[in-house]
Amino acid sequence: MAALLPTAAPTGETADRRPRHPGRPVWMGVPSKPVQAAKALTIAFIVLVMLYPFVYVIAMSFASREAAASGGLFPTSFSLDAYRSILGGDVVTRAMLVSIGITAVGTTLSMIFTTTLAYGLMRTRDVPGAKFVLVLVLCTMLFGAGIIPNYLLVRSLGMLDTYWSLIIPGLISAFNMVVVRNFFMGLPSELLESARLDGASDLRIFTQIVLPLSKAVLAVIALFYAVGYWNAFFNAMIYLNDTTKWPIQVVLNQYVVQGSALTSIQAPDQPPPPGQTLQMAVIVVATIPILLLYPFAQRYFTKGVLTGAIKG
Amino acid sequence: MSISARTTSATDPPGGATGAAGPGRAGGRGTDGSPEAPSKRTGGPSGRTRGRDARGRASVWTRMKRERATYLFIVPGLLFFLLFAYLPLAGNVVAFQDYSPYWGIGGSEWVGLQNFAAMFNDPQFLRALTNTLVISFLQIVFAFPAPILLALLLNSLISERIKRVVQSIVYLPHFISWVIVIAIWQQVLGGAGPVAELFATIGIDGVNIMSDPETFKALVVSQVVWKDIGWGTIIFFAAITAIPNELYEAAAVDGAGSMRRTWHVTLPGLVPVITLLLILTIGNVLTVGFEQLLLQQPAVGSAAAEVLDTFVYYRGIAGGDWGLSTAAGLFKGVIGTILVIAANKFAKRLGTEGLF
Repeated sequence: MAALLPTAAPTGETADRRPRHPGRPVWMGVPSKPVQAAKALTIAFIVLVMLYPFVYVIAMSFASREAAASGGLFPTSFSLDAYRSILGGDVVTRAMLVSIGITAVGTTLSMIFTTTLAYGLMRTRDVPGAKFVLVLVLCTMLFGAGIIPNYLLVRSLGMLDTYWSLIIPGLISAFNMVVVRNFFMGLPSELLESARLDGASDLRIFTQIVLPLSKAVLAVIALFYAVGYWNAFFNAMIYLNDTTKWPIQVVLNQYVVQGSALTSIQAPDQPPPPGQTLQMAVIVVATIPILLLYPFAQRYFTKGVLTGAIKG
Repeated sequence: MSISARTTSATDPPGGATGAAGPGRAGGRGTDGSPEAPSKRTGGPSGRTRGRDARGRASVWTRMKRERATYLFIVPGLLFFLLFAYLPLAGNVVAFQDYSPYWGIGGSEWVGLQNFAAMFNDPQFLRALTNTLVISFLQIVFAFPAPILLALLLNSLISERIKRVVQSIVYLPHFISWVIVIAIWQQVLGGAGPVAELFATIGIDGVNIMSDPETFKALVVSQVVWKDIGWGTIIFFAAITAIPNELYEAAAVDGAGSMRRTWHVTLPGLVPVITLLLILTIGNVLTVGFEQLLLQQPAVGSAAAEVLDTFVYYRGIAGGDWGLSTAAGLFKGVIGTILVIAANKFAKRLGTEGLF
């Protein structure tokens, strides 16, 4: 196709550059030097703005007392005091354990309930009422009941100050359910039908055929749920009065964003590092799980987003 | 065994009223057809035995019995949505009550529309409504186009590798919670951070961008752009990839440079998805970053940072004025739902697919 274009002739500047950009169609041409420079500067600026805050916070969390005091755009000396201090105290460690527990249990339960519902709603033609349930679920994407009615419900169920209040009210996301269901429906139907003919039960078809064939989408959805549970803040703030049950996001808000006194989160037996360094260390600790998941998530998530964009 | 019924049902017109009309038909047919029907599943269209409807498929009751295992998959999820999505809807009756937790919904006094009247006479509510609309407007003007521009820029890069690296960097903040984002921004832009220090070295002391009510709305929009600009590009990239290369080639043959190709080929290709997203954004004007504002309100004060959701939280859960805050939440929910549905209708009228 490219051969049709006059610029593909072996003479001229464009053709000389072609080997440098294999895979780039000839008709795209190559931008002039000033344009390339402007683009490079813009990209560099964007990358700087995106990354500098992270780098600064991480660097400061490792700063020694003197380096933190002297300030500047970048600290110069290294110390682990801040981490020793917050991990030696029990507030941050306990909050991390709570968050890890909520994320693990919540993600597992959400996956079980989301995939089973998606499987149950796959064959709306054959199963009377399934279509109605599907519409019922889809409608919930259009409206929310509001903060107060949800709070009153959780309270009347006796879930205040329990970890369940952070998991049960958001157990199934209608959006995620639709994404999973779309994926299930794209599986070869002959396979499922023949298993059914051979007498396989629904449970067997679900666990031995449907789930193993859907690993990619399950990975995406599990990551979405996990990130959601890890990042959840508001629910924990309103449902948990007992500060010993707080997950890390609420602790972070209390001690870093709202700036409550830090003495209570430090290890008791050491001279305290500077407050700012401590705050940075709490931020880093709360972010690490996301940073660990991120490279893994990135391989899958565009796929997940785009599957969801397809009409339900 | 069940295959025959399934194949006949596949010939039904799509979207037939089979599922939705289920309960009604089950009542009518179940009594006369069900006992024998499960054992007779051999008939094609000619086998209109009892237990089959006019189109030759098994009666609802028969099919329900056959698929009873499937209901075990549906019921837990159905119960969840009934309990945690539909029951709280009914809880909105508190908006019409002088609700007290002691008396509960059953025992509290009904006050009609009093809460709504009080709400519209409440300066705090009106300020929350104004702030919400202003921030929404700023976001539509500044935050909405940002991912489109970034997608176009990245798409024009020569090196695939640089493109991928930049993408992984700009997607990252989307996965960080608002608490962490605000905490990080405070450290960098707050009074003790490096930016304030830079200002101090050129002689401007006491700069704290994070607690300045004057510039707070610009700050909110910047934070949204920072957090979600990368994530927003994904859908535009997908749309760009879907534009056939022949269009670009033809434009290039006709002498269009890269700017003109962007303007006359890429942008028109993006119009459907832009229209759809824009209209849905407009449908959501009453929702602006709840956690984002809630977290920052103590620093900048409620005059600048009160929006509808924070109003509901502070009045209701923190302040105990349950009736009025539920009324405000219901107001927001009803208007929001109407706007989303209207926006979707409008999107369809414009020829895009709509969301539902």
